[in-house]
Amino acid sequence: MNVRKILTAGEGEKLFLLGNEAAVRGALESGVSVASTYPGTPSSEIGNVLWKIAKDAGMYFEFSTNEKVALEVSAAAAASNLRSFVFMKHVGLNVAADSFMSTAYLGVNKGMVILTADDPSMYSSQNEQDNRIYARLAGVPLLEPANPQEVKDYMKYAYGLSEELHLPVLFRTTTRVSHMRGVVKTGKIVSPVKKGVFEKAPSKYVPVPQNSRRMHKELIEKLKKAEVLASESKLNEIFDFGGNLGIITSGGASNYVFDVINERGLKVKVLKLGFSYPFPEELVLKFLEGLDKVLVVEEVEPVMENDLLALIGKKKLNIDVLGKYNGFLPRIYEYTPDIVEDGIRKALGKEKKEKVSINNTLPLPSRPPVLCPGCPHRATYFAIKKAVKKLGLEGKVIYPSDIGCYTLGVQPPYETADFLLSMGASIGSANGFAHATDQKIIAFIGDSTFFHAGLPPLVDAVHNKANLLVVILDNRTTAMTGRQPSPSEPVNGMGENAPEISIENTVKGIGVEFVKKVDPYNLQNTEKAFEEALQREGVSVIIAKHPCALITDGQKRKRNVWITFTINQEKCTRCKVCITDLACPAFFVADDGSIHIDPLICDGCGVCTQVCPEHAIEVRK
Amino acid sequence: MIYKIHLTGVGGQGTIKTSTIIGEAAIKKGLNVVMSEVHGMAQRGGVVNTDIKIGNAKSPLIGKGDADLIIGFEPAETLRSLDKAGEKTFVITNSARIIPFTVSLGISEYPKINDVMEFLKSHVKNLFVIDAEKVAKEAGNIMSLNMVLLGAATATPNFPLEKEIVIEAMKENLPPKTIDINLRAFEAGFLKVRSK
Repeated sequence: MNVRKILTAGEGEKLFLLGNEAAVRGALESGVSVASTYPGTPSSEIGNVLWKIAKDAGMYFEFSTNEKVALEVSAAAAASNLRSFVFMKHVGLNVAADSFMSTAYLGVNKGMVILTADDPSMYSSQNEQDNRIYARLAGVPLLEPANPQEVKDYMKYAYGLSEELHLPVLFRTTTRVSHMRGVVKTGKIVSPVKKGVFEKAPSKYVPVPQNSRRMHKELIEKLKKAEVLASESKLNEIFDFGGNLGIITSGGASNYVFDVINERGLKVKVLKLGFSYPFPEELVLKFLEGLDKVLVVEEVEPVMENDLLALIGKKKLNIDVLGKYNGFLPRIYEYTPDIVEDGIRKALGKEKKEKVSINNTLPLPSRPPVLCPGCPHRATYFAIKKAVKKLGLEGKVIYPSDIGCYTLGVQPPYETADFLLSMGASIGSANGFAHATDQKIIAFIGDSTFFHAGLPPLVDAVHNKANLLVVILDNRTTAMTGRQPSPSEPVNGMGENAPEISIENTVKGIGVEFVKKVDPYNLQNTEKAFEEALQREGVSVIIAKHPCALITDGQKRKRNVWITFTINQEKCTRCKVCITDLACPAFFVADDGSIHIDPLICDGCGVCTQVCPEHAIEVRK
Repeated sequence: MIYKIHLTGVGGQGTIKTSTIIGEAAIKKGLNVVMSEVHGMAQRGGVVNTDIKIGNAKSPLIGKGDADLIIGFEPAETLRSLDKAGEKTFVITNSARIIPFTVSLGISEYPKINDVMEFLKSHVKNLFVIDAEKVAKEAGNIMSLNMVLLGAATATPNFPLEKEIVIEAMKENLPPKTIDINLRAFEAGFLKVRSK
């Protein structure tokens, strides 16, 4: 499907949409005027679609430098009487948390939705934190859609709710909801208001203590009202299939509950919460009538389970709560139909259903994600390892890494990721290592990540006189999340021409004295630059600049020029440097021990020709 | 009735595109469909799985042994996903291997292809093995191997979507200039199963 259909489809059409695409349609049907994000999987496709359609939709959309900026952009829009939409992956909300907390205090004039895409089982994240807890920390209402149709419909509901309460609404999806594709029946698109007006009211918008004390009190009042709304909400529904076991569930986990009940014909009573915080106590008490035990099915933390235990304690009810605390369901990782079926059967006192399946007994090769063929990071890592070896520093260098494709350098043979915390943390932790040890430090950070959170620690490094080398891997894009533009590129979220922010000038402006720009495809120059930098004291920065191979592949495909390389078997001595040191996935060893390049995988970058000591790698004719 | 399809392959083989075509064909037939995709880090040459349920299902994920059909784009990945197969499951597998780099580096091992096929033949009753790379090459482009496998899937008994409706969805989802080759690949895959 062409993503433009998300904008052009009329009312009442049926589209086959990803949860993320449905969020865009929901924003369009809500008349959202301003949208902002920093790309992060599993939320990335929302931005990818808006990037293509925002201009035609009459909406302002930006890829902000980081999630905090994105949240602030949307908060200001909502204060200016415009509906706004900010979205990010779960850990992005950590970055935005400071302003997020204050936004709850200030409240909003027009609707503001903050979408957090959580990642249970960590398909593309460093942790699986449950951001439903953030709704409780900040004191904002929480919605949990279970499928693409609900994502779209709940978006519209969220704007109404936000405006009724004058609070931002936290909208929590999970990977299985964001990346679920399903049938979505469209509603009517509402044209967004182009410009709003900000009316000055410092007591409302400036949380100095005298104001924030009042604001917190108001926030608690709003939450009381929100609880009443949650108990009456059409998003919270009771489904009675008989029996005296209750199940309270929400979001993606509710899908498994309904499927298991449907397929196995089980007798239970279900309360599905779409508006799950504030915990709708009145509704839950009604649901509990006549039940003697309740199973809570939720991903990941026992959040509603805690709320239910508190309610039962408060009301001194004699009802068993079954869930994560007493081992009916696991506390880590995403759920599956089998996990939920086991939990429900156990709660019903039934035997575990042994399923017949075919189990493979052959050993299987591991197939981790790898740097793409032609990836400039591979060339950079190769050159660094050579320089390090030449200087006798092998095994002595600490490599703090960061968030991006280049984190894949953790794998052999590169092994160029020793320590990783979060976005921008490579430089921050490098400072710490520089002062805590006498070891050599090489920190890696991407171009987009550098602007996201790499600037403050670089200032820190210069000001506090750290000894370290920072390598900025500038591949001209935010590659890992699907190639969104970064501030150093000449295009923005509206698809318009935009000023390029020079990484080199930025670094020099901070006061770094040794700044070198290299093209990593030129291995010799790159290696030389690293050698020089590694022999210096103080802060050095090398900018390894070459476009992401996926960008150049696209260009080559368009121009229909694609060369590939092959190995001249007469020259090849099978020394395997191309495999053991460069480790390009296009190379493979045949059954007879000879080495070959798979023409289907070869990207034609030619870096390997500089690696082969026998000059055996030639253009395939 | 719920019909459950599991697709597995390696990033770049076109598993997600194939899944989308199946899903949109189901919508064309007026059936409900849910599907789960993998995006992000895992796509970089890693394993890509999708689950599709056609019919009255809410969750797209398929439980152990519950798949009606498994479409394996790569033999080792077919094996890796075999726990979704039960006694009645139809399994279509490409026989052409993609050797992961961990094997070239000597840190993991790819089983002998004969052993893989022997295992599949002795454990899967309803098995179709196709050299989809070869068939796609014969159709005009090795990149259309996903359509070979889609054609084969469409020809399996119980597959809930008619050939014509799948082709209609293909035409809406593939670049117009590749459609002839892709249709030839689809037909060739279809015949591989139908003529058995």
